[in-house]
Amino acid sequence: MTKIKSLFVSLVLTLGLSSAFAGTLDTVKDRGKLMCGSNTGLAGFGNPNDAGVWEGIDVDVCRAVAAAVFGDSTAVEFVPTTSKVRFTVLQSGEIDMLSRNTTWTLSRDVDLGLEFVGVNYYDGQGFMVNKSLGVSSAMELDGASVCIQVGTTTEMNLADFFKANSMSYESVPVETNSEADAAYTAGRCDVYTTDASGLYASRAGYPDPSAHVVLPEIISKEPLGPAVRGNDSEWADVVRWSLNAMIIGEELGINSGNVEAMKGSKNPEVLRLLGVEAGYGAQLGLSDDWAANILTQVGNYSESFEKHIGPNTPINIQRGLNALYSDGGILYAPPFR
Amino acid sequence: MSTSAIQNISHNKYYNWLFRNLFSSWVNTLLTIIALIFIYQVGSFCLNWAIFAADFRYNFQGELITDRGLCSKNIMPGEYGACWAIIYARWDQFMYGLYPIEEAWRVNLVYALLPLAIIGILFDKIPFRKYFIYFTFVYPFLAYFMLYGGPGLSVVGTNKWGGLLVTLFLGVTGIGLAFPLSILLALGRRSKMPIIKSLCVVFIEFIRGVPLITLLFTANVMLPLFLPDGVNPDNLLRALVAVTLFQSAYMAEAIRGGLQAIPRGQVEAAQSLGLSYWQTTRKIVLPQALKIAIPPIVNTCIGLFKDTSLVLIIGLFDLLGIGRAALADMTWTKLYYEVYVFISLVFFIFCFGMSRYSLYLEKKLKTDNI
Repeated sequence: MTKIKSLFVSLVLTLGLSSAFAGTLDTVKDRGKLMCGSNTGLAGFGNPNDAGVWEGIDVDVCRAVAAAVFGDSTAVEFVPTTSKVRFTVLQSGEIDMLSRNTTWTLSRDVDLGLEFVGVNYYDGQGFMVNKSLGVSSAMELDGASVCIQVGTTTEMNLADFFKANSMSYESVPVETNSEADAAYTAGRCDVYTTDASGLYASRAGYPDPSAHVVLPEIISKEPLGPAVRGNDSEWADVVRWSLNAMIIGEELGINSGNVEAMKGSKNPEVLRLLGVEAGYGAQLGLSDDWAANILTQVGNYSESFEKHIGPNTPINIQRGLNALYSDGGILYAPPFR
Repeated sequence: MSTSAIQNISHNKYYNWLFRNLFSSWVNTLLTIIALIFIYQVGSFCLNWAIFAADFRYNFQGELITDRGLCSKNIMPGEYGACWAIIYARWDQFMYGLYPIEEAWRVNLVYALLPLAIIGILFDKIPFRKYFIYFTFVYPFLAYFMLYGGPGLSVVGTNKWGGLLVTLFLGVTGIGLAFPLSILLALGRRSKMPIIKSLCVVFIEFIRGVPLITLLFTANVMLPLFLPDGVNPDNLLRALVAVTLFQSAYMAEAIRGGLQAIPRGQVEAAQSLGLSYWQTTRKIVLPQALKIAIPPIVNTCIGLFKDTSLVLIIGLFDLLGIGRAALADMTWTKLYYEVYVFISLVFFIFCFGMSRYSLYLEKKLKTDNI
């Protein structure tokens, strides 16, 4: 069965790749707008608001690319994709890039013929418990009942984690994430486990969010990032450096409010990033003020994070792993030179 | 007899009915009382939840609700009424999806013209019916031009369509296109020509043997990969093709049931009068067969209308998809009951309307000769 399946997948992909797309950047420029694959609705990451405008940190990456290419962060059309169709929609050329909480894994990078251009959110599987249990670490969860989605990688991670720490648990199997959420709030299990960002988003919807605590242990690696087709490295560079420009912007203290002021800076990296020192945009096939446009219109990484999922939003996620390397996180962009 | 005597008799009738049906023995009396209490409890709770204790646009303090935190039930412990503000806030999205709001008049116009376009087919005794029928054939082109745009109107890509617009587009167009196709398939399946017959049988059985989700995936995921570079048929159009094929196979079987119920003698009689195959089919067989097939046809139509919500799985924002996107917004999250009750209500209105119409049609066409 798996053989037939993989044969089928490779057939599909061969056909997909045979319709190769050279020069995505030119296609995008000719079209006058960027087609960006987004989520069908995930709070803080990608979702239309009441006015129908897409918002979220994944959405901001698309807006950054549009700002870099057109100097206009609104020149994006969002194509909602589900987890089942997202890769084929990208392969078939319907969208230019996919920015939709997608985990970067080896098989997706290699076998599916995609190129992940970076990480805009480091996620991982976590645990949430009621504060009244008095638990402060996942190591104290021996014997707990855990709400878990059946047939997911989270289920395997959970079993591995408990086995490795020679603890036991009682699993409460549920089908969907919202069902797990409901089971946990109804008290059918002590612990709710899924990707930490999902835990925070669920918690934000509870009547009393402060009664629940997300434990510090993260038991799996889920680096989420934007992806493009693997056969166009010129376009991949544009998307990669648009994301990097947001991160470097934060490193250098450039935000949407001070771009003009920073153009007078003495720091050569700032001058290169903002296009005062010409030539770097042209290497990407863009204008020299591409990064300045991103930072003016979308803002740096920190601004995007704080606006959509940070501690001042209902989702209330601490920077954690997603802080800059200099602040104790692992967010790190290659140097701009 | 005096008036009061008549009243007495009718009163007695009333009491007799009550007594015979509800209070005839102590068991029945007990059950009646329990049922009444139950109906009262559930009914009053539902009414209170949905109307009397509910917030519409303003909460009990008179503030405009722009956030779920302002719903009365989230301010006052013990309040439990629905918070319909989410429906108000997202009304445009429920109706038009992400269609640019300054162009929404185009969608409204299409909605408003829809009854005019179908009234000619639905009822035969209306004045000027001929012109309504003409309009029925013009309407799809007019509607497509209005919705998509073209010369004189700005183009609105189908990735911006959503909500009721997508649900109605898929439902109405799917049913409309599938109907003629399904008649041909049903006739083909009963044809004596082996190639046509086997083609129709294979098509019908294949489509009926596959779930709609699979067809949607195939149309959405496989089709673009097989087509040449740059040819990307529209996402919504692909879903429409899948929905139409699916519906035509099911409707063809419903119509075949009607065809089979026509006695052989009728066809032979028509042929002996010298009518050709098409004349026989059009004038003798189909009118009777379709009449018999009305209930199953309407059944499949109602089924399809509800099945359109499956397009959620390929990333189209139909009514249900828009509802889920609203729930995923941190401003409104967790108002599940309000959103799902509203969506159910909209689906119910359309499906109940279809079911009532089929009853009306059955009554009207009832001639008792078959």
